[in-house]
Amino acid sequence: MATVKDFRNDIRPNWCPGCGDFSVQASIQRALASMGKEPHEVAIISGIGCSGRISGYVNSYGFHGVHGRALPTAQGVKLANRDLTVIAAGGDGDGFGIGLNHFMHAVRRNIDITYITMDNQIYGLTKGQHSPTSAHGFKAKTTPAGNIENALVPTQIALAAGIGFLAQGFSSDVNQLVSLIEQGINYKGFALINVFSPCVTYNKINTYDFFRENVKNLDKVEGYDPTDRANAMKTIIETNGFCTGLIYRDDSRVPYQNQIPGYREEPIVKLDLNLDESVFEAALKEFA
Amino acid sequence: MLEQLSWKVGGQQGEGVESTGETFAVALNRQGYYVYSFRHFSSRIKGGHSNDKVRVSLKQYRASADHTDVLLAFDQESIDLNVGEVKPGGIVIADEKFNPTAPDHVRLFVVPITKIAEECGSAIMKNMVSLGASACVLGLPVDIFSEVIEERFSRKGQKIVDQNMEAARRGFEYMKELGGADPAFALKPADGKRRLFMMGNDALGLGALAAGARIMPAYPITPASDVMEYLIRKFPQVGGVVVQTEDEIAAMTMAIGAAYGGARALTCTSGPGLSLMMEAIGLSGMTETPVVIIDTQRGGPSTGLPTKQEQSDYLAALFGTHGEIPKIVLTPATPEECFTVMGRAFNYAEKYQCPVIVMTDLQLSLSKQTTEMLSLDDVKIDRGNLMTEEAIGAEDPKAEFKRYQLTEDGISPRVLPGTKGGLHHVTGVEHAENGRPNETAPNRAAMMNKRLRKLAGVELPGSVEKTGDDNADIAIIGVGSNIGAIAEAMEKLRADGLKVAHIQLHALLPFPTQSLTAAISDAKKVLVVENNATGQVRHLMSYFGVEHSDVSGLNKYDGRPFLPSEIYKHVKGMF
Repeated sequence: MATVKDFRNDIRPNWCPGCGDFSVQASIQRALASMGKEPHEVAIISGIGCSGRISGYVNSYGFHGVHGRALPTAQGVKLANRDLTVIAAGGDGDGFGIGLNHFMHAVRRNIDITYITMDNQIYGLTKGQHSPTSAHGFKAKTTPAGNIENALVPTQIALAAGIGFLAQGFSSDVNQLVSLIEQGINYKGFALINVFSPCVTYNKINTYDFFRENVKNLDKVEGYDPTDRANAMKTIIETNGFCTGLIYRDDSRVPYQNQIPGYREEPIVKLDLNLDESVFEAALKEFA
Repeated sequence: MLEQLSWKVGGQQGEGVESTGETFAVALNRQGYYVYSFRHFSSRIKGGHSNDKVRVSLKQYRASADHTDVLLAFDQESIDLNVGEVKPGGIVIADEKFNPTAPDHVRLFVVPITKIAEECGSAIMKNMVSLGASACVLGLPVDIFSEVIEERFSRKGQKIVDQNMEAARRGFEYMKELGGADPAFALKPADGKRRLFMMGNDALGLGALAAGARIMPAYPITPASDVMEYLIRKFPQVGGVVVQTEDEIAAMTMAIGAAYGGARALTCTSGPGLSLMMEAIGLSGMTETPVVIIDTQRGGPSTGLPTKQEQSDYLAALFGTHGEIPKIVLTPATPEECFTVMGRAFNYAEKYQCPVIVMTDLQLSLSKQTTEMLSLDDVKIDRGNLMTEEAIGAEDPKAEFKRYQLTEDGISPRVLPGTKGGLHHVTGVEHAENGRPNETAPNRAAMMNKRLRKLAGVELPGSVEKTGDDNADIAIIGVGSNIGAIAEAMEKLRADGLKVAHIQLHALLPFPTQSLTAAISDAKKVLVVENNATGQVRHLMSYFGVEHSDVSGLNKYDGRPFLPSEIYKHVKGMF
């Protein structure tokens, strides 16, 4: 059986020392190992940005695509091979800026993949421009006088769009993050784990300390019921999105693939590609 | 008796023009006639003039006729807009309801179409009344519609079937009493052979199904949507899935994901969607992920002419995406070829591990026409250099799989995620043999060369098809649906004693420079016929080094397909 080591490769990430993404990488590796997955059974599909490099830093199948399109790519992989564990990953710019459209529709479509976003409220790889999750007033290269746009709250949008599994983690709390990733992968449907993953180089506001002080850990809230959607939304609004843990979960939803007419248990990739002569003949009759 | 005849039905969009034309065409196709139909319609659902022009003949023509012999008009506007193309002495059948008038050069037959339909049960049956009247003119028995009527209405009960048949019969009788059964318009009997009647889009869908395509993410767009709608109906039988995505960017990247995952995946779009897919087409080229994209061209630029004919995406398809990738562009010309091209497209995509763009145009995609019987034997599935776990034979789970191995022909072994021993990384960033990012200069050059080498010097079989005369005075080059109008113009020109050749291009990338140069080398003049303003194919010829001293273009970009007479007259003028 594969261990955490088997999910590591010899590549040194090009992240800055102290980057929150290291913890996300480690958490994914720990979660996969503890779930008994084998490296070849996993495909990580990532977008562009610092965090997008993560698909190359886990020893599994990995696909590093174009900016903002990790989700449609990952959904395509899962449609082709439902036996694979498919993880999509990227940053706040990739997922909630250029890729927000796909995010809302991936939520709505509910294909069984796990989306892990590393949210650092900044564009890091392009060297410090504000992101869609940067707060109002936030100063960055592109907002020298302070951000005059409002921040987007990913969890709020996800819940509004009808997500069935919604969690939020923090790079400093690896144990919680590992648990959330495991739950997300096990969840039968689209799961979002948004991770506060500080950028130590370009974001001097949303630091590790900032999150330690401002984030409410729902694991420690007695009686918090993650199946109560209205309460989940209330919690997100009350904390302005700064809460961690399992925020919402609905196990009654049926994932997309299970609803496709005529869809087989066997993954598409294993189906015989040759068309049955009788199916072809019947198809021709429609044009006779 | 006639060997061919052109019939047209016109009315307001949404009042049964399409179903009338369809019933007429299907019935005649089943009699063994060759049928070619072209719909004129607008980007709206109800209202506005639309018409369906159907050519019926004893031999195959793949273009609308220049003229109309019989015009069936549901309103005065249909007469006003179309009577100009009705031959002198031609027949106009019009509904008494709107007190029709027509110029003197035609013979107007006023039939109480709506009134008869109402007497038979419902005004909705006016199409049957008018079909009956049409059969009378053509000297055909009204029974030719009974099979189609039966199929169309049997689930609504025998009474409805009988009423429709009665409506057709009464239309026929009324026309006969008016003296509409003119032997001058009677069609010679056909061979009775059963052939198919389909549009290019139907054939593309069926071809994809036969080629093993099982995942199609797509976004609706005219004139492409029929392909996804067809596969939505068919895929449940074979375990496949069509996903209607949020946009064409998602469609293209989802197709790439599905292809990377191991499925044969395609998407289908038109110009605006092709523009949105461009970045991802580059991803497919860079990651060597085999995907098939169908582009059903319509009038551009921007929203352009969404429901009209044009062939102006060629340069975008060939040169689109930033950076440089190997790519294949195929240009089928007929429904038969739309069917077989899909099998080749998927085989090429997997063999060369690159995007393949199959380009039709609106006329080919939407014109329903007689199609020779299709056979599964014409589709062979070849997945290229795809490695299985056994073939890799790896025991070390950490052993590197060289997904982008530098090989002589540039084609590297491919393995699907889920395969033991095949772990590798894929990225749109420049990468080394193991797929990991690598920006060093030697690696960059080696990898760029490797990718481009895959298609260097390749000419796909059947890229150039030549018919007509050797040592022709004029060689006419065509792409896509223009095949029909060119072939017909050539037939007339050769009947005039002129030496003419027709060269049809079935692939534009890799550009068949050698074959095309050879095909035109003995011709005095070359004419490139294309539905665009700037002469894209003509420019491609010079870009790709096809040499000839006298090349000119015939371009039409008013949204209408070429009529055979337009090409005929132009070529005549070149002598």
